[in-house]
Parts: sequence; structure tokens; C-alpha cells
Amino acid sequence: MKLLAVVFAALLLLTGLTVGASTLNLGPLNVGVALAIAGAKALLVALYFMELRHGPRLLWLFAAGGLFWLGILVTLTLSDTLARGWRP
Amino acid sequence: MEAVAHQFQDFRQQHEASRLGMWTFLVTEVMFFGGLIAGYTVYRIAYPAAFAQASNRLDVALGAVNTVLLLASSFTMALAVRSARRGGRWALAGALGSTLLLGAAFLAIKGFEYAHKAHEQLVPGPNFRFEGPEAKPAELFFSFYFLMTGMHAVHMVVGIGVLAVLAALAARGAFTPDRHAPVELAGLYWHFVDVVWIFLLPILYLVGRHAP
Repeated sequence: MKLLAVVFAALLLLTGLTVGASTLNLGPLNVGVALAIAGAKALLVALYFMELRHGPRLLWLFAAGGLFWLGILVTLTLSDTLARGWRP
Repeated sequence: MEAVAHQFQDFRQQHEASRLGMWTFLVTEVMFFGGLIAGYTVYRIAYPAAFAQASNRLDVALGAVNTVLLLASSFTMALAVRSARRGGRWALAGALGSTLLLGAAFLAIKGFEYAHKAHEQLVPGPNFRFEGPEAKPAELFFSFYFLMTGMHAVHMVVGIGVLAVLAALAARGAFTPDRHAPVELAGLYWHFVDVVWIFLLPILYLVGRHAP
């Protein structure tokens, strides 16, 4: 109960942080900060609310596999967009 | 109590298999929303100014309030799983009911936002109106906005339906400390839907706020 409450408080804090940080002009860092905070929140939810922390290692493998394939999906989709301006 | 299905050695193995199955389903959901986010990213890189302008037409306060509601619902869902393990019948039904109500409040605010966007003529289609030269890519942003939040809302509606059934079952005392896998699996699903929103908040509501 206490641990869950602490995680919930941390999630609220991070939400305030991301809303606040979005008003600052950090240039290209804005996207990085926003995604880093979102990633931290997602990690908290997965580890504590979804109980990945005490889950069997097979579960970790499945979760990591999901992230790996998501990485392939996004990277290969963006390979054209990002490489357009390059010269051989 | 239900018997262990014949393909499993014991209850623990059956329980782990059901959790693994749910996680596998959630990974396919990651791919589903991942495709939408990848598409969004391609067009955001192509039209950064239009996406920032269009994003600023969204109400950040409502987006933030909805985030808090959804995080709170995840917290009560985690409490529900805890109650299920301890065997608190009314504590479980109450926690599931609270989760349901918080989710319904989220959808109510979302509905209000949609109505407001329709009023401001920001729904893509023949009635879309956006001042300035960036109107076309701004329309694209709103297509992503409605598709992503809409698919998220569909997942919420499904989750609320599942929670309603579980809360009714819990009130009838259907779950015991030994047998409550449906509560745990519904919890995994609900938390996942929360995680999707955690990413939708910055990419839809916050992208353009630092721009003048």
C-alpha cells in the first residue's frame, strides 16, 4: 500500500514536471525531456503497478522483446525520413 | 474454486501462463499503437511548425487533469489486485468500482474535449478550419489526434466493461485469495492503457507549448 502510494505520488510529480518543462524553450531538448519523463513514468507503471519487478524472468524477456520490435518498427520507418537529406 | 486445467502441472504454472498470455497480447498492442506513433513521428518531422501550432489548440489543462485521473485509476487498480490477494471482498469491489468511475470521468472529459474541437471546426474533413498557410498539415495533426485518442478511448471503453463485470463478480464474492486471475489480468490491461496515455500526453498536448 505504502509503496504503491509512493509510486502514484512519483507519477503525479513527473506529470507536473513534464507539463512545466514543456513551457520552457529548450530547443531540440524539449522532445528528449518529454520522452524521457514519459519513459520514466511508463517504467514505474510497468515495474510496480504491473509487477514486472517481481515477475519471472520470462516475463521480462517478453516485455523486452516488445520494446525491441517497437524499436525496429520506429527506426526502420524513420530511416527514410531521417536519411533524405544525406548525400552519398 | 476452479480446478487446474489438465495441461498445467499446478495452479502456479497456470497462473504464470495466464499472465504471460496477457503480456503477449499487450506486446501486440504496443505494435498497434507503435505504428500510429511512428506515423505521427514521420509527419511531425516533416511539418514541425504546423504540428506545434495545431497542438497549441488543444487544452493542456484538460489533458493534464485526464492524466491525473488515469494515473489515479491505475493506483486504485493496483489496490484492487492487492485486495484480491488479501481476500477483502468489499475492498476489492470498491477498488474496482473506483477504477471504473475514474475511467468514466476520463472519458467524460474526453467527450467534452471532442465536442469543443467539433465546435471550433478542428475535426478533419470538409468543415475543418485553420487560419494560416499551415492548414493542411495542421489537419493532418488533428487526424492523428482523433485517431490516437479515439483508439485509446475504445480501449478505455473495453476496460470499463471488463471492470463492471469484475466489480459485480467481486461483490458476489467470486474471487478468493487463491483464485483472482481475472482481476490481475484486467489490471495488466488497464495499466497498459494508462501507459499509452502517458505517451499521448506529451506528443499531442505538449509538443508546441515552448514555441512563441
